[in-house]
Amino acid sequence: MTSRKAEMQRTLRAFAFELFIYAFLVTAYFFAVLHFLGGWLVRLETQHIRVYASVAILLIIGQAAVLEAVTTGLMRLLRGGRSE
Amino acid sequence: MWFPISHAHINPVYLVMIGFLIGVLGGFFGVGGSFIAGPALRAVGLDWNFAVGTDLAHIVGKSVVAAKRHRALGNVDLRLGFIMAIATIGGAEFGAQLIEMLKRRGNVNFVVSIVSIVIYTSISLFMGWESWKTLALARKRAAAGEAGTSKRADESAFTHVTQAIHRWRVPPLIHLPESGVTISLWLIFLVAFIGGLFSGFLGGGAGYIRMPSMVYILGIPTHLAVGTDLFEIIISASYGTFSHAIKGNVDILIALVMNTGAAVGAQLGAISTQYFPGPKIRLAFVPLPLVGAVIVIYTLLTGHKL
Repeated sequence: MTSRKAEMQRTLRAFAFELFIYAFLVTAYFFAVLHFLGGWLVRLETQHIRVYASVAILLIIGQAAVLEAVTTGLMRLLRGGRSE
Repeated sequence: MWFPISHAHINPVYLVMIGFLIGVLGGFFGVGGSFIAGPALRAVGLDWNFAVGTDLAHIVGKSVVAAKRHRALGNVDLRLGFIMAIATIGGAEFGAQLIEMLKRRGNVNFVVSIVSIVIYTSISLFMGWESWKTLALARKRAAAGEAGTSKRADESAFTHVTQAIHRWRVPPLIHLPESGVTISLWLIFLVAFIGGLFSGFLGGGAGYIRMPSMVYILGIPTHLAVGTDLFEIIISASYGTFSHAIKGNVDILIALVMNTGAAVGAQLGAISTQYFPGPKIRLAFVPLPLVGAVIVIYTLLTGHKL
């Protein structure tokens, strides 16, 4: 029971630390990537709607794949090689 | 933060939090979470058409994260997912045509509201009854000293009906080794088509229909149904996103911000499924369609779209 509690505490601590790193990365992402992409996407949306639709899907899938890799990598790093 | 595509001013922290909440629900239950995302986006002043289109784009991103995690846990049947995606797209188109037909008749809101209330409530009641009965049976067996089941084990009080459905062996039969079933291709198409139909008719990913149908009709274990549903949603929601984007209904910047929260939430939800047996996941699913029904009843009674 005690080892289970300790394991839970370790996991929660790792998760809190992971959230902290993740929040820092996400804030940097907002200011850097979205700031530069914003104008270009608005132009695409008004002038080339089909290209915008394709780019939108590629962006959301690409971002999801990168974020999944980042969060999995962080979990491995913080939990000594285990991702779950 | 200013979002120039939809001309909306929304706090990004709010979007990240909403994304996180929907991510947890999606990762755990395999649902898109439109019944939360739509009203949440409407609440901050986004137009209804942008709320629907942007939510679909966000569902794609969240499903990629959750499906990748489920794949790593061995919870995705790729073969089943690809087959279902074809019929889902067909069903979604048919659902959208039904909406157009009702629009022409002028009673679209009333019909869609009544259908959704009946469907949501029926799913909740049925799943609540089935999972409760299954858990009671498992407790009785445990008390009688029979072999216990593992955390990921899946049982259902509805198995006899599923087996009866599987006796309908109209060729071609499809063997799904990952799910451990051999069933008629037409049965898979039927389940996916109905899921797509409700997605086109009621909006969102329609995971509240597809996930239970995969468990009770196709006989797919709950963990695999959740993971495969998410994989299938990537394909069908991408199609929906493209369709909405060319109509000018998608603000991809909002979806990208929401997805940063959903990425963490979806991982958390997906990992959590490991610690719960199938019937408990299904029992926890029960309030979700009821929340959807309450939102529709509120809209119907007050005339305000949440």
